[in-house]
Amino acid sequence: MTRIYSFHGGIHPPDNKRQSLGAPIKQAPLPSRLILPLQQHIGKSATPIVEVGDRVLKGQKIADATGFISAALHAPSSGTVTYIGLQPAPHASGLESPCIVIEADGLDEWISKKAIADFRSIQKKALLDHIRESGVAGLGGAGFPTDIKLNLGKDHIINTLIINAAECEPYITADDALMRERPDEILKGVEIIAHLLEPSKILIGIEDNKPNAIKALRDYIREYQLPIEVVVVPTLYPSGGEKQLIQLLTSIEVPSGSIPADVGIVCQNVGTAAAIYRAVELGEPMISRIVTLTGFALGHRQNYDVLMGTPFSVLLEAAEVDRDKMFRLVMGGPMMGISIEDDRIPVIKTTNCIIAATQEEMPPAPPAQPCIRCGMCEQVCPASLLPQQLYWFAKGREFDKARHHNLFDCIECGACAYVCPSNIPLVQHYRFAKSEIRNEEAEQQKSIQARERFEARQARLAREVAEKEQRRKERAEAAAKEQARKKLEQDQTTHATPNAEAELKKLKTAASVARTKLKKAREALKNAEDKDLDGIEKLQATVAQLEEKAGEAERAWQDASGAKQ
Amino acid sequence: MALIHLSSPHVSKANATNRVMRLVLIATLPALLALTLFFGWGSLIQLLLASTTALLFEAICLHLRKRPVLFFLRDGSALVTAVLIALAIPPFAPWWIVVIGTFTAIVIAKHLYGGLGNNPFNPAMVAYALLLISFPMEMTQWNAPFVLLGDHWSVLASFKDSLIIIFTSMNQTLIDAYTGATPLEVLKHRSGMTTEEVWRNNPVLNQGVFAWYGISAAWLMGGVFLIYRKVFTWHAPFSMLVTLFLLSSLFYAGDPSNFADPFVHLGVGATMMCAFFIATDPVSGATSNKGKVIFGIGVGALVYIIRTWGSYPDAVAFAILLMNLTAPFIDHYTQPRSYGHERANRGTGGRS
Amino acid sequence: MTIILTAILILLSLALVFGVILGFAAVRFKVEGDPIVDQIDQLLPQTQCGQCGYPGCKPYAEAISNGDAINKCPPGGQSTIEALATLLDREVVPLDAEHGEEKPKTVAYIREDECIGCTKCIQACPVDAILGAAKQMHTVIVSECTGCDLCVEPCPVDCIDMIPVPVTPNNWKWPAPVSDPNLILTDRGRGHLLQEGSK
Repeated sequence: MTRIYSFHGGIHPPDNKRQSLGAPIKQAPLPSRLILPLQQHIGKSATPIVEVGDRVLKGQKIADATGFISAALHAPSSGTVTYIGLQPAPHASGLESPCIVIEADGLDEWISKKAIADFRSIQKKALLDHIRESGVAGLGGAGFPTDIKLNLGKDHIINTLIINAAECEPYITADDALMRERPDEILKGVEIIAHLLEPSKILIGIEDNKPNAIKALRDYIREYQLPIEVVVVPTLYPSGGEKQLIQLLTSIEVPSGSIPADVGIVCQNVGTAAAIYRAVELGEPMISRIVTLTGFALGHRQNYDVLMGTPFSVLLEAAEVDRDKMFRLVMGGPMMGISIEDDRIPVIKTTNCIIAATQEEMPPAPPAQPCIRCGMCEQVCPASLLPQQLYWFAKGREFDKARHHNLFDCIECGACAYVCPSNIPLVQHYRFAKSEIRNEEAEQQKSIQARERFEARQARLAREVAEKEQRRKERAEAAAKEQARKKLEQDQTTHATPNAEAELKKLKTAASVARTKLKKAREALKNAEDKDLDGIEKLQATVAQLEEKAGEAERAWQDASGAKQ
Repeated sequence: MALIHLSSPHVSKANATNRVMRLVLIATLPALLALTLFFGWGSLIQLLLASTTALLFEAICLHLRKRPVLFFLRDGSALVTAVLIALAIPPFAPWWIVVIGTFTAIVIAKHLYGGLGNNPFNPAMVAYALLLISFPMEMTQWNAPFVLLGDHWSVLASFKDSLIIIFTSMNQTLIDAYTGATPLEVLKHRSGMTTEEVWRNNPVLNQGVFAWYGISAAWLMGGVFLIYRKVFTWHAPFSMLVTLFLLSSLFYAGDPSNFADPFVHLGVGATMMCAFFIATDPVSGATSNKGKVIFGIGVGALVYIIRTWGSYPDAVAFAILLMNLTAPFIDHYTQPRSYGHERANRGTGGRS
Repeated sequence: MTIILTAILILLSLALVFGVILGFAAVRFKVEGDPIVDQIDQLLPQTQCGQCGYPGCKPYAEAISNGDAINKCPPGGQSTIEALATLLDREVVPLDAEHGEEKPKTVAYIREDECIGCTKCIQACPVDAILGAAKQMHTVIVSECTGCDLCVEPCPVDCIDMIPVPVTPNNWKWPAPVSDPNLILTDRGRGHLLQEGSK
């Protein structure tokens, strides 16, 4: 017998489960239109692989998983794709998101199913791929793609597999009904999970308010050769929270920021186990799930087996809703579900419950009063936080302090807001603070990126300018060199040939000039001698001088020209 | 179809602030009964007077602060403050004492600090400390319990005469006739006698102390009821009482002739009222469970220290106010260890 | 007389002693932080839009550290002004309207049919978020666009639109809970301002 531990806090809201357990699971009607949001899981949204006008068969894949954390999507019934685009989808924002819309033809014609006869005989990789191709995502609430959780590789050794059957939220009985009516499917699914993870023990955690389910599971367990134990835990919200259930069953706390696999634990919901079984052994991809329809505005409160993509309005009509009495429509439980404004939105993989509540059932919250720090929130917080401090910080936008007080360890279970005597919408304050912080971080990231790109661009521009400058310089240098080279060449020719010739010319001219002068002087002397003028001696001296000079010039020219030859 | 869009959770416990306050008021009933039984109609008259004036001051403040008056009056917090003041002051104090008290508590200690939830000090104790310091004569005029009064009891037992005493200035002789020292005063001003001699010689102690024990028992009853109804946790009262008990035991064991015994410390004065109705005030106290324990220990120790060595016979108001001052500091260092964290955080983080 | 002198002397010596202690503490316990320009740059939104009159966020950060006004950044808006005021211990002032007004976040969108492939916008983009080549139509890398507007002006055929960033379930934010307006009348104005400042 496994010992049961406890977690901090917790509350006992009225469970309101009995209303929906009066009748067995009923097949929901086949709607004429099926709306399939591309994002029904955590991670990247799926990529459509069909086009408008295509005829699809039941179970045919219509969208592929994108990237690592993602899940594929399948047609829940045969029909024609009529629209791919924005449609109202279940999301807290109430915004539209991309969907594939299929007009069902009513034939419900199956594609040929690819079942794996003996999952032990094929490789684990192939088995995981098959589960991934079947679009299995966690049915408990978050919708985490299941193949990721089962594909942990060598670095994680799993010693405990926990099957979450606690279903601690009030009103919801989908898992309870599944365990009562189809315990074999669950246990076969557990067998497959156990084959993949090879845990040393398997614990099924279930709250003690489900005696029939406990009995059904225990009866079937005997048929399996597995170390399974059904552990009954006291009814206390939120014992079905993954971290809380792990603490209840093992006393281990999953460290903040880690996943359970880091401490050797994997947690799977009972519904997911059944879905794995269907995907592997029956070859049916995840195209339907069990949904609890409850709330006092409904005529029939019970569990339905619903095709994904069935609009809420179809289900509400099937359950004979009294629209005048319906005051609030909630998808999920009253503690953590999201309120829905538009009942045309479809059932998705994480839709475990639809509550059509009357005003008396879920009255509008009275106006919030000042916080008197009574500390009731702190007493019930399953994460041992200080909700009242977080509230002050969120309200005062002191997000640094809120983070320091471990805001991000808040699981948004709503226990604090449930007990708050001042009716303060604490969870919304935390959600607001969280999304502000996330947004701030994203902006910070974006601004860092922008700065990097800007700086890279500046650097590039500077580099380009520098390169241009460099090239200009190089070109200028090359030109200058060329110039210099040419000049040098020219210089050399004028020095060697043109200069010598000029010299020779000069000498020749000088010689001829000297000869001419001599000739003139001789003529003047002759004239003077002829006429017997004064200063014949002087003229004679001049002629003698000039004769000498002319002779010198003649010699120099002769020498130079001789040297040149 | 008008469906409303809101954040989860979509249900909440019927657990309004006014329900909490109503429970607190119910829990004060035994003490009121005991006070009336042992000390006459005075407390009841003070209570009615305090409630009316407190609600009036609250309404005026809310109006001036432009808050919806009726919505906030219904939370009952002013009423609780008024009741605590009325039951803490001497039953036959003149009417203006209680009026000044409620004025101080509601207007100064509460609304000037930003109203419910924002006051750093316990309003009732601010009022009590102010009255004690400003009007020491009136605030120490406790009437003796009926067992000691003999003939004079008939005056206090008459509702009409009680009204006259509180609302008219009366002659001093009458006052002298019915007032007597409280056990704590007797033990404090013992003029050289040992504890044993004081007990033997003083009728307030050897005959009248049971009246005070009775009142303490009534407060204890109310407190246990509130813990049972989960209005507050055991941490602060328990740690305060244990600290007071241990400290007084220690000194009494060491020197029984000069120190009062632990049961006197627990049983007389405002110890029980303080432990269950004042130290548990969430607004001005510490937040986490560990913080509450430290807060309680601080109050207990201060009560003993001020009672024994201070100049006032009782110390509850001062002890509480001093510890109120430290509450943010305690909170700073007593954050609980959150799930998935190895150690608890310290401080508030971020730029302060 | 001597009393006064003694008093003055004592006070002087005290002042001296404390001064020395303070001076020592200032040197000994000096906190070395990031250079102030980098800290300012961290707070600016990095749109590089130049609406402040400087050619980018870093130059404006430098200008602020040299004493320029902190209210010249419209994309950052009031929250940036507040953050800068806290960092620099300056007065919070409203945004200088001269440099533009706070607008919702936008991204550039090029109507590709009309684009003639002139590359002018590519040259204008401060963060290289426009893809294209000469004579080829251009397109904006939405995830990198800072919404700075700088590409709109140079486009010769006016084919660039600044469209507000659409709200999808992925970037949707939980709103702060609104308290009943009738409950706290006086705080309404202040709360309203807070809301505005947060955008």
